[in-house]
Amino acid sequence: MELKPLLIANARLLGGEAGSLLVAGGRIAALNPSGTPEGTDTVDAKGQWLAPGIIDFGVFATDKPAFHFGGITRAALMPDSGPLDGAGLVERAAKGGKPDLWVHPIAAATKGLAGAELAEIGLMQQAGAHAVATGRARIADAGVMRRVLSYAASLGLTVIAHSEDEGLTAGAVATDGEMATRLGLASAPAIAEAMAIARDIMLVEETGAPIHFRQVTTARGLDLVRAAKAKGLPVTCGITPAHLFLSDTAIGDFRTFARLSPPLRSEDDRHACLSAIADGTIDVLASGHDPRGPEDKRLPFAEALPGMAGAETLLAMGLQLVRDGHVTPARLFDLLAATPAKLLGLDAGALTVGAEADLILINEGAPWQVDAKRMAAWAGNTPFDGMPVQGRVTALWKGGQRIR
Amino acid sequence: MTSATPRPASDYPPGGDAFRHRHLTGIAQLTPWEISYILDAAEEWVELNRSGAAKHDDRLKGLTIINAFFENSTRTLLSFEIAGKRLGADVVNMHAAQSSVKKGETLIDTAMTLNAMRADAMVIRHASSGAVQLIADKVDCPVLNAGDGRHEHPTQALLDALTIRRRLGRVEGLTIAICGDVLHSRVARSNILALTLLGNEVRVVAPPTLTPPAMERMHVATFTDMDEGLKGADVVMMLRLQNERMDGAYLPSAREYHALYGLTPQRLDKAKPDAIVMHPGPMNRGVEIDSNVADDPARSTITEQVEMGVAVRMACLDILTRRKRGVPGWN
Repeated sequence: MELKPLLIANARLLGGEAGSLLVAGGRIAALNPSGTPEGTDTVDAKGQWLAPGIIDFGVFATDKPAFHFGGITRAALMPDSGPLDGAGLVERAAKGGKPDLWVHPIAAATKGLAGAELAEIGLMQQAGAHAVATGRARIADAGVMRRVLSYAASLGLTVIAHSEDEGLTAGAVATDGEMATRLGLASAPAIAEAMAIARDIMLVEETGAPIHFRQVTTARGLDLVRAAKAKGLPVTCGITPAHLFLSDTAIGDFRTFARLSPPLRSEDDRHACLSAIADGTIDVLASGHDPRGPEDKRLPFAEALPGMAGAETLLAMGLQLVRDGHVTPARLFDLLAATPAKLLGLDAGALTVGAEADLILINEGAPWQVDAKRMAAWAGNTPFDGMPVQGRVTALWKGGQRIR
Repeated sequence: MTSATPRPASDYPPGGDAFRHRHLTGIAQLTPWEISYILDAAEEWVELNRSGAAKHDDRLKGLTIINAFFENSTRTLLSFEIAGKRLGADVVNMHAAQSSVKKGETLIDTAMTLNAMRADAMVIRHASSGAVQLIADKVDCPVLNAGDGRHEHPTQALLDALTIRRRLGRVEGLTIAICGDVLHSRVARSNILALTLLGNEVRVVAPPTLTPPAMERMHVATFTDMDEGLKGADVVMMLRLQNERMDGAYLPSAREYHALYGLTPQRLDKAKPDAIVMHPGPMNRGVEIDSNVADDPARSTITEQVEMGVAVRMACLDILTRRKRGVPGWN
């Protein structure tokens, strides 16, 4: 069926100026067009925000209902389940979202994510992988990591790294501090993150290869990233809303929904994360979407698996950053869409003429309450359960096609 | 007949019953007066237990208490079993080794099974911190924590407080040194909470590898020098050192630990002349404690602690089942 042209009128583009946007042939045809072609459908946005669909940089499951609820049109799938270490697996994962969601599989850096031998990164790239990742853990062997970085760089791929020193964090389920001590949970010092980042930054300096630290959650780690950027090194980093809005007090009463990897940090580190998102040190805001059912979460804290279902709350928490004055609306959409697109080498994530019309309409003030029992995700393991939030997606288009 | 002895009104603080908790999952949930209330109640059971012939009070007659121990234990299990039986309850023990836990059943499923058997109280020990709380949230009867991971072991802290109070006449304003593997010890955590709450100065004396982080936030001072840490102490509380800690990961060897942190008569001289020596048992003689310290009846309270354990657990079982038994004033 041929798509009719679509005019989204009376919208605030990226939450800024009022304007309109014309979609034709599944692509953005014009911003603030003076006229519209014959037979154009018009949607009156009534002053709602119009933004590019969110490109969720690093999820652990293809969970369409949750992504659509959260305004996510593209999801970069971490290689852990599988793991995605071969071209066939990548190809199949890429089809997992069709036709109404883009899934961009991330290639495993090493065979079986074991951290020892290089995976067939080149063949996976040909099969559709746009980046490489070390998975839920880092590559312990610095020699292997060095080879992964330079090899991926030769193919024009960014390596997405986990940053925790495995020696310091062995057996730990929380960050050293009063909370872990009171609860009697095995914990690791927060510097475990900075130590891993320091090593990898040196390897970046050595190889010139680009790296993206998927989650940087401590003041010390962010300082290292800030310094590396000042030197002009190809270093970027991301975070999820959990580490911006929660500190380790959230694990009180052994709440396993707040068991995350890396674990929640101190209040001081949380404030450092907020400063880093304001000053531009943090480049990406992602959901880390990792739905876990009761079989993984209704367990004693240390036996539960880490991870949170984050896709549905990503936008609302991001809008909270805007309301709290940490970022402008335009920068929020850089964090959520434009920068992830750049890192994946995609022509998407921005309201530019010619780009795929992956669009969301946002009622940025709409109040709702996060409820773990009523989630679109296939599991409701959200650490924000019960939190009143504002802002939700009222319409979503992928390639000009209305999905929601 | 279940003996629901009415207590005088003076026993109850205005506005509610004296122990408002459904479960005993930790000292962290308690107030100082609730601790005192349990200790006072336990004193009565000490008298009964010492009374010679028939050490029986049948107020829990007809009630079923399940001791579900997911981690091996001899002393605590025995202590709870005797406490339940002296109160006339039907006591059933479940050992993890013989249970379906080994067959992959989840903890919650096991708890729900026990719940369906209509226990009137459950006593639970588990190797994972928070496991007892998890069960307590799901079942319909009072749950007593008999030790969960490194988190809490509340009845041990209560029996220790009772022992101190009986020996030294009070359990406030004292200087108490807790020595040994504090990092892995639920006994230490519960005791730190209870003893600081009751207004004592608590010190932790441990090698740095066995000291938990952020101890200052628990309002305790930390020492790595045993002689320094014992200076002027009224109570020296030793902890058991698990054998697996001495294999090089946390400590170089048992003999080095003894040389640096073993409680010898010479070290004990640093404490107050009438200081008492406590140990939750079982002891590693010659490692954390010398025999001539452990066996000195003037200083060591180790057997008295075991005795107080039964009394404290009787008090806890009695108090926590009062609502169920319809004791006047408890609803």
